[in-house]
Amino acid sequence: MCLGVPAKVLEVSKENALVDVMGSRMYVGTVFVPEVKKGDYVLLHAGQGMTIVDQKFAMESMEEWRRVLNE
Amino acid sequence: MNNLDIFSENDMARRSVDAVIKLSEKFKKDKGRLPVLMEVCGSHTMAFAKTGIKQRLSEHVKLIAGPGCPVCVTDQKSIDAMIQLSEIPDTIICTFGDMMRVPGSKYSLMKAKTEGKDIRVVYSPLESVKIAQNNPDKEVVFLGIGFETTIPVLALAVRDAENLELSNYTIWMTTKLVEPVLRSLLDSGEVMVDGLLLPGHVSVVLGKKSYDFLMNEYKVPSVITGFEPVQLLTGIYKSVDLLLHQKAEVINDYPHVVKNEGNLVARRLLEKYFKLNDEAWRGMSKIPNSGLVFKDRYARFDAKKKFNVHVKEPRKTKCRCGEIIKGSINPEECVLFNKGCTPTHPIGPCMVSTEGTCAAHYQYMREE
Amino acid sequence: MTQRISMAHGEGGELTHKLIKNVFVRNFNNKEQSRLDAAALPWYQNEIVMTTDSYVVDPLFFPGGNIGKLAVTGTVNDLAVSGAKPIAMTAGFIIEEGFELGDLREIAQSMAMEARLAGVQIIAGDTKVVEKGNADGVFINTTGVGQFHEQRLESEAIKEGDAIIVSGAIGEHGVAIMSAREDLGLMTGLQSDCASLNHLVEEVMNHVEGIRVMRDPTRGGLATTLVELCEDFKFSAELVESTIPVPMEVHGACDILGFDPLYLANEGKIVLVVDAAHEHTILEAIKKHPLGNGAQIIGRVTSCKESSGRLYLKTPIGTTRRLHRLPGMLLPRIC
Repeated sequence: MCLGVPAKVLEVSKENALVDVMGSRMYVGTVFVPEVKKGDYVLLHAGQGMTIVDQKFAMESMEEWRRVLNE
Repeated sequence: MNNLDIFSENDMARRSVDAVIKLSEKFKKDKGRLPVLMEVCGSHTMAFAKTGIKQRLSEHVKLIAGPGCPVCVTDQKSIDAMIQLSEIPDTIICTFGDMMRVPGSKYSLMKAKTEGKDIRVVYSPLESVKIAQNNPDKEVVFLGIGFETTIPVLALAVRDAENLELSNYTIWMTTKLVEPVLRSLLDSGEVMVDGLLLPGHVSVVLGKKSYDFLMNEYKVPSVITGFEPVQLLTGIYKSVDLLLHQKAEVINDYPHVVKNEGNLVARRLLEKYFKLNDEAWRGMSKIPNSGLVFKDRYARFDAKKKFNVHVKEPRKTKCRCGEIIKGSINPEECVLFNKGCTPTHPIGPCMVSTEGTCAAHYQYMREE
Repeated sequence: MTQRISMAHGEGGELTHKLIKNVFVRNFNNKEQSRLDAAALPWYQNEIVMTTDSYVVDPLFFPGGNIGKLAVTGTVNDLAVSGAKPIAMTAGFIIEEGFELGDLREIAQSMAMEARLAGVQIIAGDTKVVEKGNADGVFINTTGVGQFHEQRLESEAIKEGDAIIVSGAIGEHGVAIMSAREDLGLMTGLQSDCASLNHLVEEVMNHVEGIRVMRDPTRGGLATTLVELCEDFKFSAELVESTIPVPMEVHGACDILGFDPLYLANEGKIVLVVDAAHEHTILEAIKKHPLGNGAQIIGRVTSCKESSGRLYLKTPIGTTRRLHRLPGMLLPRIC
């Protein structure tokens, strides 16, 4: 339905941020993620950051899944 | 390598496949049939085919593609109208790449471009606002397709055009909303599904809470699912697990991206410019309040109001895209599939959209 | 509606294939010769080969090269992968009125330098100027002549188990061009891989045996090139996705814009089908050359029956799916 890719925020300016996706970079809009900081990951769609990716949750859900697999 | 790469790890993916197979065998034993899940999102359809997960699970879980590809679900008359816009003199049509090859009743945008029409593919809708700013003597129309993930970005483009006081910028809105179509599908009873894999990125805007109706009114087990191999597999695993325990919950299996409330900033911006509208869906006729159009005070940005585009009723073809997007048939059941209809000579949009079900089957699952 | 040429006809995929088959091969009656990137001239004991290629690239200057360098390397590489040593080439220019002389000079200098590096002479040329709007800056055609190496390719000997080798990372040229186009807003440190491969090929052909067939995966990318090899030489093959070298930046750019690295253009890579008995020697020989140090075995020939001719990809989760030519063209997408 919608392409989205996690991008690391390198620099933040007023409504824009420079992000990095595995070495490819792009200036993207941050209107929908006003609280974004350098070092965050945002989910990128059509040139806009749509949400901040919570890496802690990512690790937790992966750990939880690892436990299921090891049962 | 960052923390998010863990979801594409190969070893984890292979072990996850085994786990899903083991669990679905339990279901098979209990019920004497395969569990049937609908992936509502077109990017899921594509990812299942491209990673080979769909093929690998074919004897264990039945995955049905749902109405989640924005160009596929757009009815033919709207598509014809959008293509016809290119015939208005001194007009630049801006579009996502997804629309270029979609067949109109007479021709596609790609074809219109070869005829010399000014059609530009943009990555971001905001780019089309810049094009309008740089071409004040031309009309610039953006073809506004998309679901809830994309609609806020369209709203942002309107905001920019408003701030720049542009009078030559409009959007042709043909957006679609997820909840009304899910309700319509479930109400119709045409499609038998045990559970739903919910679209991860639409949910970013909507939030988990917006799916409570599935649990409360329809009692359909549902899992909000991500797009990497492991995430696709855990989505299926958790759905089958809900089925085995006969629990009609909504699980957020993409919690690092999808929040409970969704993105309020995005939703507020969307609500500022747009209001609900009855939209025609391919193969499903009009669904009440299933799309968004401009509020009256922003009518100046509404391409439908600005340009008089009249299109005839499209003639009937043997294309069965309408049934395919509802999940009632497989592409291979359409007589045109890979015969009269291929990506280079498409009859219906499902064959050319990169996340169309027919395109997924043609590109990744075709054997001959 | 009248059938017309669309941009997709020039992308090297399914439509290009049909156009060549239905318009050119049918009229020029040269099906046999059209299987290779360069054609042998039967009048000279089949020693001399010839090829031609036209270059239209937007933008004309990109990280790692420009249209001039590309016009030399492209034709040199077509001769090289046919198993020939490039000797000389001609260059024809179609220039748009108003084009800056300084840019043309820079293009010519790049061509001269690349030709020197490759060891070919540019021996004849032609210049035409068209009215503004009738061309986009400059178009270049180069036609190259070469001589077969003593050792010949053994395309008739392709058999089950043969290894498929790619000489290095894929997708760099495609991404470099995209990031040079400002409208996409993509920024990468990637350079086009555009390079003359004749010395690499010569080195390898002179020292090892067992090369069945070679091609350079340009437009349409690695997948389209290999699908064509499979069809032209009637063998089926399976690639192992996890062994295909794709740089991180290429992955990143593809994730953002919705592209598949297997379909991105390369201008400095070769794919080879080689005898399994010699695969390690060949791989080592390629790796020794600076342009081949990222070489990898990426798959194998799986069957050679008359009905063969399909390309498959083994995915990281262990399933296999079919690969087809690039359908249509690469367009940035949101869904």
